[in-house]
Amino acid sequence: MESVADLVAAEDVLLFVNAAVAATGQDEFHTGRARQEWSVDFLHEYMLVNYRDLYAAALALGINDRNKARIVLRLLQSGADATPEQRRTEGRLIRRVLRELPVNRVYRLFTALAKAKVNNRRTRAVMREWLTARPDLGFEAVKYRGAFKRAALHAHLDLDGLPGDAGAELASFLFAPMATGRYRVPLFETWRRAHFDRSAVFELPYTVAEGFSAERGIPRQVFLEQIAPNLTRNERLRLQRSGGTAVALDAAALGRMPLTRLAAYVLAIPTEEREERREELTGALRAAALRAAGDRARTWGKVAAVLDDSYSSSGSNEKRRRPLVVALGAHFLLDALAGEYRPLWLSGNEDALLAEPRGVTALGDRILDALETRPDTLVVVSDGWDNAPTGLAAEVLRVWATRLDPERRTAIVHLNPVFDADGIGVRRLAPSVPTAGVRDAEDLPELMAFARFDDGRAGIEELRAAVDARVERWLEEEPWAA
Amino acid sequence: MGRLTFAGLETRPGQVWGAIRLVPLVRDEPIEGLRMHPGALDEPRYPADDCWYVPHGLTAEWTGDGAGVPELGTALRMPASTVRGSRRPKSKTGHRTRVRFLPRRGALETYLPLAFKAPVIAWPDWSRRAFTRGLLPQPDRTYYGTLLDGLADALRVFEIHPRQCGVLIYVADALSGALITPHPDDYRALHPTLIEDSYSELIWRYAVLYDTAPDYAVKLDTSTISSLSDLRIEAAAAQRTWSTFHDDTLAGGLLDPDYDFTDVYKMADFRLVRYRPAFKTGTETHVGEAILDPQGRPAFLQSFRLSETQVRRGRLLEALGTHDWHLADTAEALHLTKPSLVALLHNSDLDWMLRQDVADHNFPR
Repeated sequence: MESVADLVAAEDVLLFVNAAVAATGQDEFHTGRARQEWSVDFLHEYMLVNYRDLYAAALALGINDRNKARIVLRLLQSGADATPEQRRTEGRLIRRVLRELPVNRVYRLFTALAKAKVNNRRTRAVMREWLTARPDLGFEAVKYRGAFKRAALHAHLDLDGLPGDAGAELASFLFAPMATGRYRVPLFETWRRAHFDRSAVFELPYTVAEGFSAERGIPRQVFLEQIAPNLTRNERLRLQRSGGTAVALDAAALGRMPLTRLAAYVLAIPTEEREERREELTGALRAAALRAAGDRARTWGKVAAVLDDSYSSSGSNEKRRRPLVVALGAHFLLDALAGEYRPLWLSGNEDALLAEPRGVTALGDRILDALETRPDTLVVVSDGWDNAPTGLAAEVLRVWATRLDPERRTAIVHLNPVFDADGIGVRRLAPSVPTAGVRDAEDLPELMAFARFDDGRAGIEELRAAVDARVERWLEEEPWAA
Repeated sequence: MGRLTFAGLETRPGQVWGAIRLVPLVRDEPIEGLRMHPGALDEPRYPADDCWYVPHGLTAEWTGDGAGVPELGTALRMPASTVRGSRRPKSKTGHRTRVRFLPRRGALETYLPLAFKAPVIAWPDWSRRAFTRGLLPQPDRTYYGTLLDGLADALRVFEIHPRQCGVLIYVADALSGALITPHPDDYRALHPTLIEDSYSELIWRYAVLYDTAPDYAVKLDTSTISSLSDLRIEAAAAQRTWSTFHDDTLAGGLLDPDYDFTDVYKMADFRLVRYRPAFKTGTETHVGEAILDPQGRPAFLQSFRLSETQVRRGRLLEALGTHDWHLADTAEALHLTKPSLVALLHNSDLDWMLRQDVADHNFPR
């Protein structure tokens, strides 16, 4: 039996984790980024002051990269308030999280630390340790030149003492790049030559080469054709719409992309083209979903999903169609996980591949349709702005829980991809239904296991077990390379 | 005389954003033979050294036989004419006709005084004033939608129903305007232009004063529900309750009063009318234009809520109009003395219409 303090703490943690999963600091459909900034900052501050241990532990709970970096920033900023024991735990978590984060995020975090003038011994040690452990420092010094230089200065990094070939030449590369003549490190030398030799441009990383190509006026198409071998996986996927044939991917290669990114790519394609490439796209999405499901495929029994494709799922200019992307990803993932699966789009659309953000959010009616089939699990992916009519979904779920299914044979989970700045958190459908923020559809199984704690039925031990499992899986998983 | 109805249209649950409530109206079957286009005027080639004005007024287009009007600018073999008795030979593939509306902001200033049979004897004075200062006195300024707090956001986040053909705009639950279109595509095209429409001073004031409107969340009666089908029935009943409540109570100010319909134009089976109620101070007063089908159902409707000062002034003008601008008769009809009528006219900023000696005699300053 937990005490009230435990329950309140758990509720706060869940609120914070949900928000930290969904809030990306970008405009949402309903509210702009300025208001979101305010709400999220408040949540961070609140957690840091009141539950420092849990705040640090949130790093391991699948929150998004932006909020992970923010937590690290705040922990390093306020090290003086922590006990030595807390500092030790935080150090371990920070070390692990920095290994997990995409490299560009880490450099951005270092820049933020420099900007916030956080330069205590612990911060310098963390930065130094991370930088010296990088496998290819020379490459990063070229790709993230500005940020790397700022970080090296800020951490008082002994550049000459760094391991590898790059160590010897890093200082001159960063601080007197064109004054030292030829470099022994091939990439530095390529970078130097790119200033006057056109062919050297195409041996650089894509983002660096892009700058050189603009400077030299290389036509975009020519540039893309030649740089194609140097593209990373995500860069290649990002260039699918604009890059032409030079960077085109076949179905098998598409299937190896992460599910949510692939869904975003699919939804950016005009409807007619989606129809033409139906086989290819569906196959790729299925493959990505199966890979995300792993050994849990076909183990979930009878699953129904209510998927939000109302107009508000079009997101904002910054997050185009993001809520719909998550819904589409969840659709394919649930299809892979479930033994028997029934998708219900709000618009009545039967063809998931042609999903479009249009129409009203009539969640109540669709949830009724879904419950009719008596599923084992009902997943609702929606931003929670139930408006046709307002509150019907909440009432349906309340009546269902109190009158029609008091033993709760059907597990209902609401996944919300949108942070509601005015409500400081993700919008709930009903008090009885657990709600979890969601950023990537791949995290759905973990989030659902985690969300079950939200309705007060699962105990704190179960939550801990879920967290541990999640951490374990993280350690096994290869982090996405940027 | 007659009433406005929403016949042929169904009320759906409203969507609230701040103090703005937008209530959608959904049509079962769209009207194909009549379409409204926003801004269908051709862009003239602007001369470099001149100033041009292209109003955003609507264009109504119809076929006589109920055949579908094609999307604007897409018809290759169906010529349109803007004049009914055009001398151009009629094409065999069909024919459609267009009329253009004044922009709503101008329409209000232009049409409203027409209802009051302005005295012809003072025409030179009247027209000079109309040309130099506009017809309505200055305090009657209307407000663009952009000035209404929250309206732009409310329109942006509003989710349009699949078959939606109309909307009612409430500011702090005061009905401030209505738009009904014949076809869902027209509604989609016209939805963003609601921000360019004009709203009365009263509505602007409400938008400033209130920042929330209550959201009528559904409440179901749990006691009678024992199965999913019961739940479904109960949910449907809740939806019906809302529509009835809306049409009877929220939209009562628009639907209940008797209106004077002035026929303006005949479009095949449809007729274009302007409507105004009897002006009564202290009651909601809506004026506007509508296109009605033979059964009196609205194919198109645009409505404007007058503010209280406008209603007061309208009442006086109406009384003057019915009594041929005879001061003594009008005063008697309003149960007033002549000086008090003149005082009223003065307070309503209408005494400029009186000859100076009449005004001075009855209302010495």
